[in-house]
Amino acid sequence: MRLDQRLIADMIEPRTRVLDIGSGDGTLIGHLYRERGCDARGIELNMELVTRSVAHGLPVVHGDADHDLAYYPDHSFDYVVLQRTLQAVERPREVLRQMLRIGRYAIVSFPNFGHWQLRLRLLLGGCMPMTAVWHTPWYETPNIHPCTIRDFLELCRKDGYIVEKWLAVDEDGERAPWRRSIRLANLFGEQALFLLRRR
Amino acid sequence: MNSTTPLTVGDHPHASFPEGVELDCGVTLAPVDIAYCTYGQLSPQKDNAILICHAFTGDQYVAEKHPLTGKPGWWERMVGPGKPIDTNRFFVICSNVLGGCMGSTGPRSPRTDGQGAPGELWGTAFPPITIRDMVRAQHKLVHSLGIERLFAVVGGSMGGMQVLEWAVTYPQMMLAVMPIATAPFHSAQNIAFNEVGRQAIIADPDWRGGRYWEADVVPARGLAVARMMAHITYLSEEALTRKFGRRMRRGPASGQGPEGPVSTFGDIFEVESYLRYQGSSFVRRFDANSYLSITRAMDWFDIAADHDGELTPAFAGTAVRFCVVSFSSDWLFPTSAARTLARALNRAAANVSFVEIETDKGHDAFLLDEPDFDRTVRGFLCGVAEHAGLS
Repeated sequence: MRLDQRLIADMIEPRTRVLDIGSGDGTLIGHLYRERGCDARGIELNMELVTRSVAHGLPVVHGDADHDLAYYPDHSFDYVVLQRTLQAVERPREVLRQMLRIGRYAIVSFPNFGHWQLRLRLLLGGCMPMTAVWHTPWYETPNIHPCTIRDFLELCRKDGYIVEKWLAVDEDGERAPWRRSIRLANLFGEQALFLLRRR
Repeated sequence: MNSTTPLTVGDHPHASFPEGVELDCGVTLAPVDIAYCTYGQLSPQKDNAILICHAFTGDQYVAEKHPLTGKPGWWERMVGPGKPIDTNRFFVICSNVLGGCMGSTGPRSPRTDGQGAPGELWGTAFPPITIRDMVRAQHKLVHSLGIERLFAVVGGSMGGMQVLEWAVTYPQMMLAVMPIATAPFHSAQNIAFNEVGRQAIIADPDWRGGRYWEADVVPARGLAVARMMAHITYLSEEALTRKFGRRMRRGPASGQGPEGPVSTFGDIFEVESYLRYQGSSFVRRFDANSYLSITRAMDWFDIAADHDGELTPAFAGTAVRFCVVSFSSDWLFPTSAARTLARALNRAAANVSFVEIETDKGHDAFLLDEPDFDRTVRGFLCGVAEHAGLS
Protein backbone atom coordinates (compact mmCIF):
# COMPACT_ATOMS: atom_id res chain seq x y z
CA MET A 1 0.00 0.00 0.00
CA ARG A 2 1.26 3.47 -0.88
CA LEU A 3 2.30 5.59 2.06
CA ASP A 4 -0.35 8.21 1.37
CA GLN A 5 -2.95 5.44 1.36
CA ARG A 6 -1.67 4.42 4.77
CA LEU A 7 -2.12 8.00 5.95
CA ILE A 8 -5.69 7.91 4.63
CA ALA A 9 -6.34 4.57 6.34
CA ASP A 10 -5.10 6.09 9.60
CA MET A 11 -7.76 8.79 9.36
CA ILE A 12 -10.54 6.19 9.22
CA GLU A 13 -12.10 4.71 12.33
CA PRO A 14 -12.41 0.91 12.40
CA ARG A 15 -15.77 -0.70 11.59
CA THR A 16 -17.11 2.29 9.68
CA ARG A 17 -18.69 2.56 6.22
CA VAL A 18 -16.29 3.81 3.57
CA LEU A 19 -16.75 4.67 -0.11
CA ASP A 20 -13.52 4.97 -2.10
CA ILE A 21 -13.99 6.89 -5.36
CA GLY A 22 -11.34 5.78 -7.79
CA SER A 23 -10.56 2.66 -5.82
CA GLY A 24 -7.99 1.43 -8.36
CA ASP A 25 -6.96 -2.16 -7.73
CA GLY A 26 -8.85 -2.11 -4.43
CA THR A 27 -5.77 -1.89 -2.16
CA LEU A 28 -7.26 0.65 0.24
CA ILE A 29 -10.74 -0.88 0.52
CA GLY A 30 -9.20 -4.36 0.81
CA HIS A 31 -7.07 -3.13 3.70
CA LEU A 32 -9.97 -1.33 5.40
CA TYR A 33 -12.23 -4.36 5.03
CA ARG A 34 -9.78 -7.07 6.07
CA GLU A 35 -7.68 -5.23 8.69
CA ARG A 36 -10.08 -2.64 10.06
CA GLY A 37 -13.45 -4.39 9.78
CA CYS A 38 -14.87 -1.58 7.64
CA ASP A 39 -17.74 -1.93 5.19
CA ALA A 40 -15.57 -0.54 2.41
CA ARG A 41 -16.80 -0.21 -1.16
CA GLY A 42 -15.31 1.26 -4.31
CA ILE A 43 -16.09 3.08 -7.53
CA GLU A 44 -13.57 2.72 -10.34
CA LEU A 45 -13.56 3.84 -13.96
CA ASN A 46 -10.96 1.40 -15.30
CA MET A 47 -12.89 -1.79 -16.00
CA GLU A 48 -9.82 -4.00 -15.74
CA LEU A 49 -9.26 -2.75 -12.19
CA VAL A 50 -12.96 -3.17 -11.36
CA THR A 51 -12.85 -6.78 -12.49
CA ARG A 52 -9.64 -7.40 -10.57
CA SER A 53 -11.18 -5.93 -7.40
CA VAL A 54 -14.41 -7.93 -7.68
CA ALA A 55 -12.37 -11.05 -8.41
CA HIS A 56 -10.68 -10.39 -5.06
CA GLY A 57 -14.07 -10.36 -3.38
CA LEU A 58 -14.29 -6.58 -3.00
CA PRO A 59 -17.52 -4.67 -3.74
CA VAL A 60 -16.63 -2.28 -6.56
CA VAL A 61 -18.88 -0.72 -9.18
CA HIS A 62 -17.87 0.62 -12.54
CA GLY A 63 -18.39 4.37 -12.52
CA ASP A 64 -16.77 7.74 -11.87
CA ALA A 65 -16.89 10.70 -9.51
CA ASP A 66 -18.68 13.03 -11.91
CA HIS A 67 -21.54 10.76 -12.94
CA ASP A 68 -22.23 8.21 -10.24
CA LEU A 69 -22.16 9.94 -6.86
CA ALA A 70 -25.64 11.37 -7.42
CA TYR A 71 -27.02 7.83 -7.16
CA TYR A 72 -25.94 7.32 -3.55
CA PRO A 73 -28.36 8.28 -0.77
CA ASP A 74 -27.62 10.99 1.81
CA HIS A 75 -25.47 10.00 4.81
CA SER A 76 -25.00 6.44 3.56
CA PHE A 77 -21.28 6.35 4.43
CA ASP A 78 -19.08 7.56 7.27
CA TYR A 79 -16.17 8.40 4.98
CA VAL A 80 -16.01 9.15 1.26
CA VAL A 81 -12.47 9.04 -0.12
CA LEU A 82 -11.13 10.65 -3.31
CA GLN A 83 -7.45 9.92 -3.87
CA ARG A 84 -5.35 12.06 -6.21
CA THR A 85 -8.30 12.63 -8.51
CA LEU A 86 -9.94 15.95 -7.61
CA GLN A 87 -7.87 17.80 -10.22
CA ALA A 88 -9.09 15.44 -12.96
CA VAL A 89 -12.85 15.52 -12.42
CA GLU A 90 -15.18 17.64 -14.52
CA ARG A 91 -16.79 19.51 -11.61
CA PRO A 92 -14.60 19.41 -8.49
CA ARG A 93 -16.89 21.62 -6.44
CA GLU A 94 -19.91 19.43 -7.19
CA VAL A 95 -17.92 16.27 -6.46
CA LEU A 96 -16.95 17.66 -3.04
CA ARG A 97 -20.55 18.62 -2.39
CA GLN A 98 -21.69 15.09 -3.29
CA MET A 99 -18.98 13.53 -1.11
CA LEU A 100 -20.13 15.47 1.93
CA ARG A 101 -23.76 14.75 1.14
CA ILE A 102 -23.12 11.00 1.00
CA GLY A 103 -20.57 10.84 3.80
CA ARG A 104 -20.10 12.34 7.22
CA TYR A 105 -16.45 12.94 6.36
CA ALA A 106 -14.66 13.46 3.07
CA ILE A 107 -11.03 12.50 2.65
CA VAL A 108 -9.48 14.24 -0.34
CA SER A 109 -5.95 14.12 -1.67
CA PHE A 110 -4.64 16.04 -4.67
CA PRO A 111 -1.32 17.13 -6.14
CA ASN A 112 -0.49 20.66 -5.03
CA PHE A 113 -0.05 23.06 -7.97
CA GLY A 114 1.49 25.61 -5.60
CA HIS A 115 4.71 23.59 -5.21
CA TRP A 116 7.82 25.77 -5.63
CA GLN A 117 9.15 23.77 -8.59
CA LEU A 118 5.99 24.47 -10.58
CA ARG A 119 6.04 28.14 -9.67
CA LEU A 120 9.70 28.43 -10.59
CA ARG A 121 9.38 26.66 -13.91
CA LEU A 122 6.47 28.75 -15.00
CA LEU A 123 8.25 31.92 -13.88
CA LEU A 124 11.59 31.16 -15.45
CA GLY A 125 10.67 28.95 -18.39
CA GLY A 126 7.37 30.56 -19.34
CA CYS A 127 5.97 27.15 -20.23
CA MET A 128 3.47 24.86 -18.49
CA PRO A 129 5.61 23.19 -15.84
CA MET A 130 6.47 19.50 -16.07
CA THR A 131 7.62 17.66 -12.94
CA ALA A 132 7.57 14.16 -11.54
CA VAL A 133 4.04 14.78 -10.24
CA TRP A 134 2.78 16.84 -13.20
CA HIS A 135 4.26 14.80 -15.96
CA THR A 136 1.85 14.99 -18.86
CA PRO A 137 1.97 17.86 -21.38
CA TRP A 138 -0.87 20.37 -21.29
CA TYR A 139 -2.48 18.99 -24.44
CA GLU A 140 -2.74 15.47 -23.02
CA THR A 141 -3.20 15.92 -19.31
CA PRO A 142 -6.37 14.62 -17.64
CA ASN A 143 -5.70 17.18 -14.89
CA ILE A 144 -8.11 19.85 -16.02
CA HIS A 145 -8.65 21.47 -12.60
CA PRO A 146 -5.31 21.88 -10.87
CA CYS A 147 -5.35 23.83 -7.63
CA THR A 148 -3.07 24.82 -4.79
CA ILE A 149 -3.52 24.06 -1.12
CA ARG A 150 -4.61 27.67 -0.57
CA ASP A 151 -7.13 27.47 -3.40
CA PHE A 152 -8.59 24.35 -1.88
CA LEU A 153 -8.85 25.88 1.58
CA GLU A 154 -10.61 28.88 0.06
CA LEU A 155 -13.21 26.59 -1.57
CA CYS A 156 -13.75 24.79 1.75
CA ARG A 157 -14.31 28.16 3.45
CA LYS A 158 -16.69 29.29 0.75
CA ASP A 159 -18.77 26.07 0.84
CA GLY A 160 -18.69 25.81 4.61
CA TYR A 161 -16.64 22.64 5.08
CA ILE A 162 -14.66 22.20 8.26
CA VAL A 163 -11.07 21.00 7.86
CA GLU A 164 -10.62 18.43 10.60
CA LYS A 165 -7.09 17.47 9.58
CA TRP A 166 -4.71 18.29 6.82
CA LEU A 167 -1.29 17.09 5.77
CA ALA A 168 1.18 17.97 3.07
CA VAL A 169 3.12 15.01 1.83
CA ASP A 170 5.78 14.44 -0.77
CA GLU A 171 5.22 12.28 -3.83
CA ASP A 172 6.11 9.04 -2.04
CA GLY A 173 3.60 9.89 0.67
CA GLU A 174 6.18 10.79 3.32
CA ARG A 175 4.74 13.33 5.68
CA ALA A 176 6.28 16.70 4.97
CA PRO A 177 7.18 18.82 7.98
CA TRP A 178 5.10 21.84 7.01
CA ARG A 179 2.35 21.13 9.45
CA ARG A 180 2.31 24.53 11.10
CA SER A 181 2.37 26.81 8.11
CA ILE A 182 -0.04 26.64 5.23
CA ARG A 183 2.23 29.01 3.29
CA LEU A 184 5.17 26.65 3.60
CA ALA A 185 3.06 23.58 2.95
CA ASN A 186 1.71 25.23 -0.17
CA LEU A 187 5.27 25.90 -1.31
CA PHE A 188 6.89 22.58 -0.40
CA GLY A 189 4.10 20.00 -0.30
CA GLU A 190 3.79 17.88 -3.43
CA GLN A 191 0.53 16.24 -2.38
CA ALA A 192 -2.12 17.51 -0.01
CA LEU A 193 -4.42 15.38 2.11
CA PHE A 194 -7.55 16.73 3.80
CA LEU A 195 -10.13 15.33 6.18
CA LEU A 196 -13.29 17.44 5.87
CA ARG A 197 -16.67 17.37 7.46
CA ARG A 198 -19.92 19.24 7.08
CA ARG A 199 -20.58 22.15 9.33
CA MET B 1 -36.79 -40.82 -37.32
CA ASN B 2 -38.01 -37.57 -38.79
CA SER B 3 -35.67 -34.70 -37.98
CA THR B 4 -38.47 -32.71 -36.38
CA THR B 5 -39.70 -35.53 -34.16
CA PRO B 6 -39.48 -34.25 -30.60
CA LEU B 7 -36.97 -36.08 -28.47
CA THR B 8 -38.56 -37.66 -25.46
CA VAL B 9 -37.19 -39.13 -22.31
CA GLY B 10 -38.79 -41.01 -19.46
CA ASP B 11 -38.90 -39.22 -16.18
CA HIS B 12 -36.77 -36.24 -15.21
CA PRO B 13 -35.93 -36.26 -11.48
CA HIS B 14 -38.44 -33.94 -9.87
CA ALA B 15 -40.22 -32.84 -6.71
CA SER B 16 -44.03 -32.81 -6.55
CA PHE B 17 -46.07 -30.22 -4.73
CA PRO B 18 -49.70 -31.34 -4.46
CA GLU B 19 -50.72 -28.00 -2.94
CA GLY B 20 -49.43 -26.30 -6.08
CA VAL B 21 -48.41 -22.69 -6.58
CA GLU B 22 -50.57 -19.59 -6.29
CA LEU B 23 -49.92 -17.66 -9.46
CA ASP B 24 -49.85 -13.91 -10.01
CA CYS B 25 -52.91 -14.27 -12.25
CA GLY B 26 -54.94 -15.48 -9.26
CA VAL B 27 -55.15 -19.10 -10.30
CA THR B 28 -53.73 -21.81 -8.06
CA LEU B 29 -51.93 -24.26 -10.26
CA ALA B 30 -52.00 -27.65 -8.54
CA PRO B 31 -50.36 -30.03 -8.41
CA VAL B 32 -46.99 -28.76 -9.56
CA ASP B 33 -43.92 -30.80 -10.48
CA ILE B 34 -40.52 -29.14 -10.51
CA ALA B 35 -37.75 -31.08 -12.22
CA TYR B 36 -34.28 -30.37 -10.90
CA CYS B 37 -30.66 -31.45 -10.71
CA THR B 38 -28.18 -31.03 -7.88
CA TYR B 39 -24.38 -31.16 -7.75
CA GLY B 40 -22.04 -31.34 -4.78
CA GLN B 41 -22.96 -31.96 -1.16
CA LEU B 42 -25.19 -29.92 1.11
CA SER B 43 -23.16 -29.06 4.21
CA PRO B 44 -24.48 -30.20 7.62
CA GLN B 45 -25.22 -26.52 8.41
CA LYS B 46 -27.05 -26.29 5.06
CA ASP B 47 -25.31 -23.01 4.36
CA ASN B 48 -23.56 -23.74 1.07
CA ALA B 49 -26.43 -24.02 -1.41
CA ILE B 50 -26.34 -22.04 -4.65
CA LEU B 51 -29.44 -21.90 -6.81
CA ILE B 52 -28.76 -21.45 -10.50
CA CYS B 53 -31.59 -20.06 -12.61
CA HIS B 54 -31.52 -21.06 -16.25
CA ALA B 55 -32.16 -18.83 -19.24
CA PHE B 56 -35.20 -18.95 -21.50
CA THR B 57 -34.45 -22.13 -23.45
CA GLY B 58 -32.10 -23.65 -20.89
CA ASP B 59 -33.02 -26.31 -18.39
CA GLN B 60 -31.89 -28.01 -15.20
CA TYR B 61 -29.06 -29.98 -16.83
CA VAL B 62 -26.49 -27.35 -15.97
CA ALA B 63 -23.41 -29.50 -15.47
CA GLU B 64 -24.02 -32.94 -16.89
CA LYS B 65 -24.68 -34.58 -20.23
CA HIS B 66 -28.18 -33.71 -21.38
CA PRO B 67 -30.35 -36.86 -21.39
CA LEU B 68 -32.13 -35.79 -24.59
CA THR B 69 -29.57 -34.08 -26.74
CA GLY B 70 -26.49 -35.86 -25.43
CA LYS B 71 -24.72 -32.49 -25.32
CA PRO B 72 -22.68 -31.27 -22.32
CA GLY B 73 -24.49 -29.28 -19.64
CA TRP B 74 -25.13 -25.69 -20.62
CA TRP B 75 -22.85 -24.23 -17.94
CA GLU B 76 -20.34 -27.03 -17.46
CA ARG B 77 -17.52 -24.60 -17.94
CA MET B 78 -18.78 -22.61 -14.91
CA VAL B 79 -20.18 -25.29 -12.60
CA GLY B 80 -18.29 -28.35 -11.38
CA PRO B 81 -15.42 -29.51 -9.18
CA GLY B 82 -12.77 -26.77 -9.16
CA LYS B 83 -14.83 -24.57 -11.49
CA PRO B 84 -15.74 -20.96 -10.59
CA ILE B 85 -18.95 -22.27 -9.00
CA ASP B 86 -17.07 -25.04 -7.27
CA THR B 87 -19.15 -28.11 -6.48
CA ASN B 88 -16.42 -29.32 -4.12
CA ARG B 89 -17.45 -26.43 -1.95
CA PHE B 90 -21.01 -25.56 -2.91
CA PHE B 91 -24.22 -27.53 -3.24
CA VAL B 92 -25.67 -26.44 -6.57
CA ILE B 93 -29.37 -26.68 -7.43
CA CYS B 94 -30.89 -25.96 -10.81
CA SER B 95 -34.55 -26.51 -11.63
CA ASN B 96 -36.53 -26.39 -14.83
CA VAL B 97 -38.73 -23.30 -14.72
CA LEU B 98 -42.46 -23.47 -14.17
CA GLY B 99 -43.96 -23.44 -17.66
CA GLY B 100 -40.93 -25.26 -19.06
CA CYS B 101 -40.84 -28.52 -20.96
CA MET B 102 -38.07 -30.52 -19.32
CA GLY B 103 -40.09 -32.16 -16.58
CA SER B 104 -41.58 -29.20 -14.70
CA THR B 105 -45.29 -28.46 -14.93
CA GLY B 106 -45.99 -26.52 -18.10
CA PRO B 107 -48.24 -26.33 -21.16
CA ARG B 108 -47.24 -29.88 -22.12
CA SER B 109 -48.45 -31.28 -18.77
CA PRO B 110 -51.89 -32.89 -18.34
CA ARG B 111 -54.58 -30.38 -17.62
CA THR B 112 -55.56 -30.28 -13.94
CA ASP B 113 -58.28 -27.62 -13.82
CA GLY B 114 -61.07 -30.15 -14.31
CA GLN B 115 -61.89 -28.85 -17.76
CA GLY B 116 -61.24 -30.45 -21.12
CA ALA B 117 -61.34 -34.12 -22.03
CA PRO B 118 -59.67 -36.69 -19.75
CA GLY B 119 -55.94 -36.80 -20.40
CA GLU B 120 -55.98 -33.53 -22.29
CA LEU B 121 -52.85 -31.39 -22.07
CA TRP B 122 -52.82 -27.76 -20.97
CA GLY B 123 -51.59 -26.31 -24.23
CA THR B 124 -52.60 -22.68 -24.58
CA ALA B 125 -55.06 -23.09 -21.70
CA PHE B 126 -52.06 -23.17 -19.35
CA PRO B 127 -52.52 -20.24 -16.94
CA PRO B 128 -50.39 -17.19 -17.69
CA ILE B 129 -47.25 -17.31 -15.58
CA THR B 130 -44.74 -14.68 -14.51
CA ILE B 131 -41.09 -14.70 -13.56
CA ARG B 132 -42.24 -14.37 -9.95
CA ASP B 133 -44.37 -17.50 -10.32
CA MET B 134 -41.27 -19.36 -11.49
CA VAL B 135 -39.44 -18.08 -8.41
CA ARG B 136 -42.30 -19.10 -6.10
CA ALA B 137 -42.03 -22.64 -7.46
CA GLN B 138 -38.24 -22.62 -6.95
CA HIS B 139 -38.77 -21.35 -3.41
CA LYS B 140 -40.96 -24.38 -2.71
CA LEU B 141 -38.27 -26.65 -4.07
CA VAL B 142 -35.52 -25.04 -1.98
CA HIS B 143 -37.70 -25.27 1.10
CA SER B 144 -38.46 -28.93 0.43
CA LEU B 145 -34.72 -29.62 0.35
CA GLY B 146 -34.55 -28.37 3.95
CA ILE B 147 -32.64 -25.21 3.04
CA GLU B 148 -33.66 -22.12 4.99
CA ARG B 149 -31.17 -19.76 3.44
CA LEU B 150 -29.34 -20.02 0.14
CA PHE B 151 -25.75 -18.97 -0.09
CA ALA B 152 -26.40 -17.36 -3.48
CA VAL B 153 -28.77 -17.21 -6.43
CA VAL B 154 -27.04 -16.94 -9.81
CA GLY B 155 -28.37 -16.71 -13.35
CA GLY B 156 -28.02 -15.06 -16.73
CA SER B 157 -30.56 -13.54 -19.12
CA MET B 158 -34.02 -14.75 -18.07
CA GLY B 159 -32.15 -16.52 -15.26
CA GLY B 160 -30.99 -13.06 -14.18
CA MET B 161 -34.59 -11.88 -14.07
CA GLN B 162 -35.35 -14.74 -11.69
CA VAL B 163 -32.31 -13.78 -9.62
CA LEU B 164 -33.63 -10.22 -9.27
CA GLU B 165 -37.10 -11.51 -8.45
CA TRP B 166 -35.58 -13.70 -5.73
CA ALA B 167 -33.79 -10.70 -4.24
CA VAL B 168 -36.99 -8.66 -4.21
CA THR B 169 -39.48 -11.35 -3.16
CA TYR B 170 -37.38 -13.32 -0.67
CA PRO B 171 -34.62 -10.92 0.44
CA GLN B 172 -33.98 -12.89 3.65
CA MET B 173 -33.45 -16.11 1.71
CA MET B 174 -29.92 -15.56 0.40
CA LEU B 175 -26.60 -13.91 1.19
CA ALA B 176 -25.79 -12.88 -2.36
CA VAL B 177 -27.13 -12.71 -5.89
CA MET B 178 -25.50 -12.50 -9.30
CA PRO B 179 -27.82 -11.10 -11.98
CA ILE B 180 -25.91 -11.59 -15.24
CA ALA B 181 -26.62 -10.20 -18.72
CA THR B 182 -30.06 -9.13 -17.62
CA ALA B 183 -32.24 -6.09 -16.93
CA PRO B 184 -34.73 -4.94 -14.31
CA PHE B 185 -37.46 -4.95 -16.94
CA HIS B 186 -37.99 -6.35 -20.43
CA SER B 187 -37.47 -3.60 -23.00
CA ALA B 188 -39.83 -2.73 -25.84
CA GLN B 189 -37.24 -4.07 -28.29
CA ASN B 190 -37.08 -7.40 -26.48
CA ILE B 191 -40.86 -7.66 -26.33
CA ALA B 192 -40.85 -6.95 -30.07
CA PHE B 193 -38.41 -9.77 -30.77
CA ASN B 194 -40.47 -12.14 -28.63
CA GLU B 195 -43.60 -11.18 -30.53
CA VAL B 196 -42.00 -12.02 -33.88
CA GLY B 197 -41.10 -15.43 -32.51
CA ARG B 198 -44.59 -16.04 -31.22
CA GLN B 199 -46.19 -14.97 -34.49
CA ALA B 200 -43.94 -17.35 -36.41
CA ILE B 201 -45.15 -20.22 -34.23
CA ILE B 202 -48.82 -19.23 -34.38
CA ALA B 203 -48.65 -18.80 -38.17
CA ASP B 204 -47.42 -22.36 -38.64
CA PRO B 205 -50.45 -24.47 -39.78
CA ASP B 206 -49.09 -27.30 -37.66
CA TRP B 207 -49.58 -25.23 -34.53
CA ARG B 208 -53.32 -25.99 -34.89
CA GLY B 209 -54.51 -23.41 -32.37
CA GLY B 210 -52.05 -24.77 -29.84
CA ARG B 211 -53.49 -28.29 -30.00
CA TYR B 212 -50.77 -29.75 -32.21
CA TRP B 213 -50.28 -32.78 -29.98
CA GLU B 214 -53.72 -34.07 -31.02
CA ALA B 215 -52.44 -34.56 -34.56
CA ASP B 216 -49.09 -35.81 -33.34
CA VAL B 217 -47.21 -32.97 -35.01
CA VAL B 218 -45.25 -29.96 -33.84
CA PRO B 219 -45.15 -26.50 -35.43
CA ALA B 220 -41.57 -27.19 -36.42
CA ARG B 221 -41.20 -24.51 -39.08
CA GLY B 222 -42.63 -21.74 -36.91
CA LEU B 223 -40.65 -22.78 -33.88
CA ALA B 224 -37.46 -23.03 -35.94
CA VAL B 225 -37.97 -19.55 -37.40
CA ALA B 226 -38.57 -18.19 -33.90
CA ARG B 227 -35.35 -19.79 -32.73
CA MET B 228 -33.36 -18.56 -35.73
CA MET B 229 -34.50 -15.00 -35.16
CA ALA B 230 -33.87 -15.17 -31.41
CA HIS B 231 -30.46 -16.69 -31.98
CA ILE B 232 -29.36 -13.64 -33.96
CA THR B 233 -30.19 -11.48 -30.94
CA TYR B 234 -27.95 -13.65 -28.74
CA LEU B 235 -24.91 -12.89 -30.91
CA SER B 236 -23.31 -9.70 -32.12
CA GLU B 237 -22.37 -8.36 -35.51
CA GLU B 238 -18.67 -8.85 -34.70
CA ALA B 239 -19.25 -12.42 -33.59
CA LEU B 240 -21.25 -13.26 -36.73
CA THR B 241 -18.59 -11.69 -38.94
CA ARG B 242 -15.80 -13.49 -37.12
CA LYS B 243 -17.57 -16.87 -37.25
CA PHE B 244 -19.12 -16.76 -40.71
CA GLY B 245 -18.27 -13.60 -42.60
CA ARG B 246 -19.68 -13.90 -46.12
CA ARG B 247 -18.51 -17.46 -46.60
CA MET B 248 -20.76 -19.69 -48.68
CA ARG B 249 -21.59 -23.32 -48.63
CA ARG B 250 -22.40 -25.36 -51.74
CA GLY B 251 -26.07 -26.23 -51.74
CA PRO B 252 -27.48 -29.40 -53.35
CA ALA B 253 -28.88 -27.39 -56.29
CA SER B 254 -25.61 -25.65 -56.90
CA GLY B 255 -24.15 -25.52 -60.36
CA GLN B 256 -22.15 -22.40 -60.12
CA GLY B 257 -20.39 -21.14 -63.20
CA PRO B 258 -18.18 -18.12 -63.69
CA GLU B 259 -21.27 -15.94 -64.11
CA GLY B 260 -22.39 -16.63 -60.54
CA PRO B 261 -25.09 -18.72 -58.99
CA VAL B 262 -27.58 -20.30 -61.37
CA SER B 263 -30.33 -20.48 -58.80
CA THR B 264 -31.23 -17.91 -56.16
CA PHE B 265 -31.01 -20.32 -53.25
CA GLY B 266 -28.72 -22.96 -54.67
CA ASP B 267 -25.79 -21.94 -52.55
CA ILE B 268 -26.33 -20.61 -49.08
CA PHE B 269 -24.26 -18.48 -46.78
CA GLU B 270 -22.60 -20.22 -43.87
CA VAL B 271 -24.57 -18.05 -41.47
CA GLU B 272 -27.84 -19.28 -43.00
CA SER B 273 -26.75 -22.85 -42.66
CA TYR B 274 -25.80 -22.26 -39.04
CA LEU B 275 -29.15 -20.69 -38.19
CA ARG B 276 -31.07 -23.47 -39.92
CA TYR B 277 -29.18 -26.00 -37.85
CA GLN B 278 -29.91 -24.03 -34.68
CA GLY B 279 -33.59 -23.91 -35.61
CA SER B 280 -33.97 -27.57 -36.48
CA SER B 281 -32.13 -28.89 -33.44
CA PHE B 282 -34.18 -26.62 -31.18
CA VAL B 283 -37.59 -27.91 -32.27
CA ARG B 284 -36.69 -31.39 -31.13
CA ARG B 285 -36.10 -30.37 -27.54
CA PHE B 286 -38.45 -27.45 -26.96
CA ASP B 287 -42.22 -27.25 -26.77
CA ALA B 288 -43.92 -24.52 -28.82
CA ASN B 289 -46.51 -23.68 -26.18
CA SER B 290 -43.77 -23.42 -23.55
CA TYR B 291 -42.10 -20.96 -25.91
CA LEU B 292 -45.27 -18.87 -25.92
CA SER B 293 -45.82 -19.07 -22.15
CA ILE B 294 -42.25 -18.28 -21.13
CA THR B 295 -41.68 -15.44 -23.60
CA ARG B 296 -44.87 -13.86 -22.27
CA ALA B 297 -43.58 -14.20 -18.69
CA MET B 298 -40.41 -12.39 -19.73
CA ASP B 299 -42.40 -9.63 -21.41
CA TRP B 300 -44.31 -8.96 -18.21
CA PHE B 301 -41.14 -8.76 -16.16
CA ASP B 302 -40.73 -5.31 -14.61
CA ILE B 303 -39.42 -5.11 -11.05
CA ALA B 304 -40.30 -1.41 -10.72
CA ALA B 305 -43.89 -1.89 -11.90
CA ASP B 306 -44.67 -3.70 -8.66
CA HIS B 307 -43.26 -0.77 -6.66
CA ASP B 308 -45.09 2.23 -8.12
CA GLY B 309 -42.73 2.45 -11.06
CA GLU B 310 -39.63 2.92 -8.89
CA LEU B 311 -36.77 0.46 -8.90
CA THR B 312 -34.98 1.56 -5.74
CA PRO B 313 -37.83 0.88 -3.23
CA ALA B 314 -37.94 -2.71 -4.46
CA PHE B 315 -34.49 -3.18 -2.91
CA ALA B 316 -34.90 -0.87 0.12
CA GLY B 317 -33.06 -2.10 3.18
CA THR B 318 -31.69 -5.18 1.46
CA ALA B 319 -28.79 -6.95 3.14
CA VAL B 320 -28.13 -9.06 0.06
CA ARG B 321 -24.77 -8.58 -1.70
CA PHE B 322 -25.22 -7.97 -5.42
CA CYS B 323 -22.84 -8.59 -8.28
CA VAL B 324 -24.27 -7.19 -11.52
CA VAL B 325 -22.48 -8.37 -14.67
CA SER B 326 -22.97 -7.17 -18.24
CA PHE B 327 -21.14 -7.82 -21.50
CA SER B 328 -19.97 -4.99 -23.73
CA SER B 329 -21.36 -6.36 -27.02
CA ASP B 330 -24.68 -7.58 -25.58
CA TRP B 331 -27.37 -5.55 -27.33
CA LEU B 332 -30.29 -7.64 -26.04
CA PHE B 333 -29.54 -6.82 -22.38
CA PRO B 334 -27.12 -3.94 -22.82
CA THR B 335 -24.77 -2.52 -20.21
CA SER B 336 -27.00 0.54 -19.93
CA ALA B 337 -29.72 -1.68 -18.40
CA ALA B 338 -27.23 -3.19 -15.96
CA ARG B 339 -26.02 0.30 -15.04
CA THR B 340 -29.60 1.39 -14.34
CA LEU B 341 -29.90 -1.58 -12.02
CA ALA B 342 -26.56 -0.92 -10.32
CA ARG B 343 -27.44 2.73 -9.75
CA ALA B 344 -30.85 1.83 -8.31
CA LEU B 345 -29.08 -0.56 -5.96
CA ASN B 346 -26.64 2.19 -4.95
CA ARG B 347 -29.62 4.41 -4.22
CA ALA B 348 -30.94 1.68 -1.95
CA ALA B 349 -27.52 1.65 -0.20
CA ALA B 350 -27.14 -1.99 -1.21
CA ASN B 351 -23.75 -3.67 -1.27
CA VAL B 352 -23.24 -3.88 -5.02
CA SER B 353 -20.47 -4.75 -7.42
CA PHE B 354 -20.92 -3.96 -11.09
CA VAL B 355 -18.69 -5.29 -13.82
CA GLU B 356 -18.92 -4.98 -17.59
CA ILE B 357 -16.95 -7.72 -19.31
CA GLU B 358 -15.27 -6.63 -22.54
CA THR B 359 -16.18 -9.13 -25.27
CA ASP B 360 -17.39 -9.30 -28.87
CA LYS B 361 -19.53 -12.40 -28.27
CA GLY B 362 -22.82 -10.65 -27.58
CA HIS B 363 -25.49 -11.79 -25.14
CA ASP B 364 -24.37 -15.44 -25.28
CA ALA B 365 -20.98 -14.44 -23.82
CA PHE B 366 -22.15 -15.51 -20.37
CA LEU B 367 -22.23 -19.10 -21.63
CA LEU B 368 -18.88 -18.91 -23.42
CA ASP B 369 -15.21 -18.77 -22.61
CA GLU B 370 -14.64 -15.41 -20.89
CA PRO B 371 -11.79 -15.67 -18.37
CA ASP B 372 -12.53 -12.26 -16.78
CA PHE B 373 -16.11 -13.36 -16.20
CA ASP B 374 -14.95 -16.64 -14.62
CA ARG B 375 -12.64 -14.72 -12.29
CA THR B 376 -15.46 -12.35 -11.36
CA VAL B 377 -17.84 -15.19 -10.47
CA ARG B 378 -15.24 -17.09 -8.48
CA GLY B 379 -13.93 -14.00 -6.69
CA PHE B 380 -17.34 -12.61 -5.84
CA LEU B 381 -18.51 -15.91 -4.34
CA CYS B 382 -15.26 -16.23 -2.36
CA GLY B 383 -15.70 -12.68 -1.09
CA VAL B 384 -19.24 -13.46 0.06
CA ALA B 385 -18.04 -16.62 1.81
CA GLU B 386 -15.24 -14.66 3.50
CA HIS B 387 -17.67 -11.98 4.63
CA ALA B 388 -20.07 -14.59 5.99
CA GLY B 389 -17.25 -16.36 7.80
CA LEU B 390 -17.68 -19.57 5.80
CA SER B 391 -14.56 -21.60 5.29
